[in-house]
Amino acid sequence: MKAINRRQAFALGGGFVMLTLMPMAADAEVTNDAAKWIEKFTDGKTPAKGKISLDLPEIAENGNTVPLSINIESPMTAESYVKDVMIIADGNPNAGVATLSFTLLSGKAEASIRIRLATTQNVVAIAKMSDGSLFMEQKTVKVTIGGCGG
Amino acid sequence: MADKPRIKLPKEAAKGEVIQIKTLVSHVMESGQRKDAQGKTIPRKIINKFACEFNGKPVFSCALEPAISANPYIQFDAKVDEAGTFKFSWTDDDGSVITAEEKIALKA
Repeated sequence: MKAINRRQAFALGGGFVMLTLMPMAADAEVTNDAAKWIEKFTDGKTPAKGKISLDLPEIAENGNTVPLSINIESPMTAESYVKDVMIIADGNPNAGVATLSFTLLSGKAEASIRIRLATTQNVVAIAKMSDGSLFMEQKTVKVTIGGCGG
Repeated sequence: MADKPRIKLPKEAAKGEVIQIKTLVSHVMESGQRKDAQGKTIPRKIINKFACEFNGKPVFSCALEPAISANPYIQFDAKVDEAGTFKFSWTDDDGSVITAEEKIALKA
């Protein structure tokens, strides 16, 4: 077998790092009743992926005020519009963050708020459309200083 | 209540235009998680609901939890089909309500 050159060695190393990091990122621990909140909002149905763009910083230096913007793709007409959007943080003392309710007069299903995050965790947004369909998006935020006091 | 809420929206809009509204209200949003120097829990006191209506019709509302930062900032959009008045309200845990109003005109 040919000895691996420097470039290949780097590629291999990189692959390893990815492999070891990925599972951690995927299941940042759920430490609260997030599942209950989600179940209550979705009635046990499984939301589909897509439609939502959730904008959060990758790393939040101060968990006391983390800017969150959300935009849901929708024509916002009487036939099809976004009704409610629930935002959940799965590592906070309480899972609930906010529930936004849009109407036809909203024009766009878009909003920005500032939230508190106690620790590094996933922020989940679930949107309920006027026809009852559900969409979900999730982002992991790394928090340097937690924002829930203690 | 302390300070007047700050609201930013255009003075006038074209018919059917979607405008952006920014609101900021002063409030401690005490989460009920923190403890004081004596180790006693500071009771929760937050704004648990924000609502905006235009000429009496709901535009946007929002149920808030303790995970909302102090001095809650909320930005959203509204479609303007006629001249009128936006009414904003922030409901506190103790039942008090902070309200504000802004008028908007149609562009000629």
